[in-house]
Amino acid sequence: MILARPKTVSSILALVGGMKSLVVAGCQECVTVCQSGGRKEVSCVAQLLEIAGKKRGFPFEIAQVTVFRQCDNEYLVPLDVLMEKADACISLGCGVGVQFIAERYPTVMVIPGVDTVGGGGTVMSGVWEERCAMCGECILAETTGICPVTRCAKGLLNGPCGGSVDGRCEAGTDLPCAWEMIYHRLKKQGRLDSLTRIRPPKNWAHSGSGVMRKVIREEVMPCLSVLPLK
Amino acid sequence: MSIGPAAKVIEARTGSRLEKVLRAGHFAVTAEIGPPKGADGRRIQQLAALVKDYSDAQNLTDNQTAVVRLCSLAAAVHVLNNGGEPVLQMTTRDRNRIALQSDLLGAASLGVRNVLCLSGDHQRFGNHPEAKGVFDIDSVQLTATVRQMREERLFICGEEIKAPPRVFVGAVENPFAGPVELRVLRLGKKVMAGAEFIQTQVVYDVEGFTRWMEAVCAAGWHKKTFILAGVTPPKSAGALRYMSRIPGMKVPEELIRRMEKASDKLREGQRIALEIINHVRAIAGVSGVHIMAINWEEAVPEIVSMAGLYPRP
Amino acid sequence: MSFEPKILAFCCHHCAYGAADLSGVLRLQYPVNIQIIRVPCSGRVSGEHVLDAFVKGADGVCVAGCLKGNCHYQSGNLRAGKRVEILKNRLADIGIEPERLHMFYVSASMGALFARFMAELVETIRDLGPAFSGQEREGGEQLDSRTS
Repeated sequence: MILARPKTVSSILALVGGMKSLVVAGCQECVTVCQSGGRKEVSCVAQLLEIAGKKRGFPFEIAQVTVFRQCDNEYLVPLDVLMEKADACISLGCGVGVQFIAERYPTVMVIPGVDTVGGGGTVMSGVWEERCAMCGECILAETTGICPVTRCAKGLLNGPCGGSVDGRCEAGTDLPCAWEMIYHRLKKQGRLDSLTRIRPPKNWAHSGSGVMRKVIREEVMPCLSVLPLK
Repeated sequence: MSIGPAAKVIEARTGSRLEKVLRAGHFAVTAEIGPPKGADGRRIQQLAALVKDYSDAQNLTDNQTAVVRLCSLAAAVHVLNNGGEPVLQMTTRDRNRIALQSDLLGAASLGVRNVLCLSGDHQRFGNHPEAKGVFDIDSVQLTATVRQMREERLFICGEEIKAPPRVFVGAVENPFAGPVELRVLRLGKKVMAGAEFIQTQVVYDVEGFTRWMEAVCAAGWHKKTFILAGVTPPKSAGALRYMSRIPGMKVPEELIRRMEKASDKLREGQRIALEIINHVRAIAGVSGVHIMAINWEEAVPEIVSMAGLYPRP
Repeated sequence: MSFEPKILAFCCHHCAYGAADLSGVLRLQYPVNIQIIRVPCSGRVSGEHVLDAFVKGADGVCVAGCLKGNCHYQSGNLRAGKRVEILKNRLADIGIEPERLHMFYVSASMGALFARFMAELVETIRDLGPAFSGQEREGGEQLDSRTS
């Protein structure tokens, strides 16, 4: 899923100062699972805004809505009516959701209510960890299912570096050294020779460094009807 | 990018003094010079003049510990102008493959004949912890890149280089980061990528270093590369303690106690460095020492003289 | 007219609610400013519930759960305590005094303690004054009408 963490409501307040009508929009996908932008969080953010509005003596009119998926245009329809009179929309979706809302309602200011962190999963209740940097060129088969691009602080393809001590990463004592993990797993699989193979420089062009990536699948795209429209 | 098999042991062909000394079978001495945190080049010039006769080459660190300093390339030119033999340190932390290849061409054009390839300390430790780390390529890939540029006359992209950089290529290894098997595999990988010399992390844990060297020799890597053991004379017990906290450093507790007790700390520090040099010299497969007298470059001439390594060949 | 705070207390069925009942049986007095909502466990009280109380005009809110280690559901009270801490931070972030929100740990036999806690809380909130001034308190009537 896409991991996100909530922004402070004060930082949102700083942007909606003179406004009256707000829409707080949640998403039932990833941000619901990582508890930063689902229905409950929408309710809390809306209530905090409402309390802050009353405190300043000029209450907001706040609508709450949580859609199935903000990153799919067809699921944004429930926002249409609400956005008609909105001064701003606070989206608790990931950065993708924020942009899809902004594209659909170009005359309304859209404010991200969360900071999008990356691709990760739940390691225990209340703890989510990044696993995928979405580099566009997966090498997990070679690295025993441990991603050095994400989990090595230097993203080394020929690790480890000299800074790991007792299996800990130099960039944070609580982080394991990804390359030492890879070494141990390769050893278990009897594939240590894989460590002697020099991996050439990575093609970061797939990682979208500077260029927006697109995935196009012709067979999934809409077909034009062969029958005349009459 | 094609990455060839192990460095073929070849005749000196880079014009590097360090390479000549090593290939002639002498016990080599290199010294580290830390560029200042300012635009004044005089200190580097003074230090270069001070240590050039007591070392075969002088390393110029590249924003060491991720702290902004005068750049290693400019520092290398200061050393060249003062009759020294610079080893240009290059980290992959701050520059992508375009900048690294470009800087290498520039350095070679100015007369730099040695380069040391590192990934670099993580930016989190430096004075700009909010910086974006580049790490476009890693130290193994940089090592292979320099060799490819020199011998195959090709950039990473495969385009031809008219005038290739003639530089002697080194890399680093940390014998103490463990597990030993992994560290030896990684050293081997660097040698396969083309590292002609290796400068190690600072050796205080002589036993650990000995174990690592045994494993290196068992794998035969000492015959395919020159290994220079890192030596740092400690200035005080506090300095030792500080170093013991640096990731990947091991400092025996007894050494710290010895420094604490010493009445003349500087003399004791030099003595410790001397003992370590004598110790590693006796270890099979060690081709030299790399003296990193951090903020204390003035100690180098005396240590080298006391070790009987002066005059240099 | 002097300020009479409106305070909502979420009381766990297994402890605080019993303590409130006991204080009544013991004929102990505590201020009428407190209005109680019984919950199956303090852990049931989520951020929405607490914030909704403030939105609807409460000047203070307290969540009362079992003594640490005595939760009927093992750890609901501890979770409630953590939630209250987070909510205090979030209230402070938007300029609301965090002292308006409190977490209490009591047992069903602590009728006297419950009464004292409540009296103290009322004084704390009275000192802080109304959560919102003037006409923005219109929501407060809702709280009155719903519980009268």
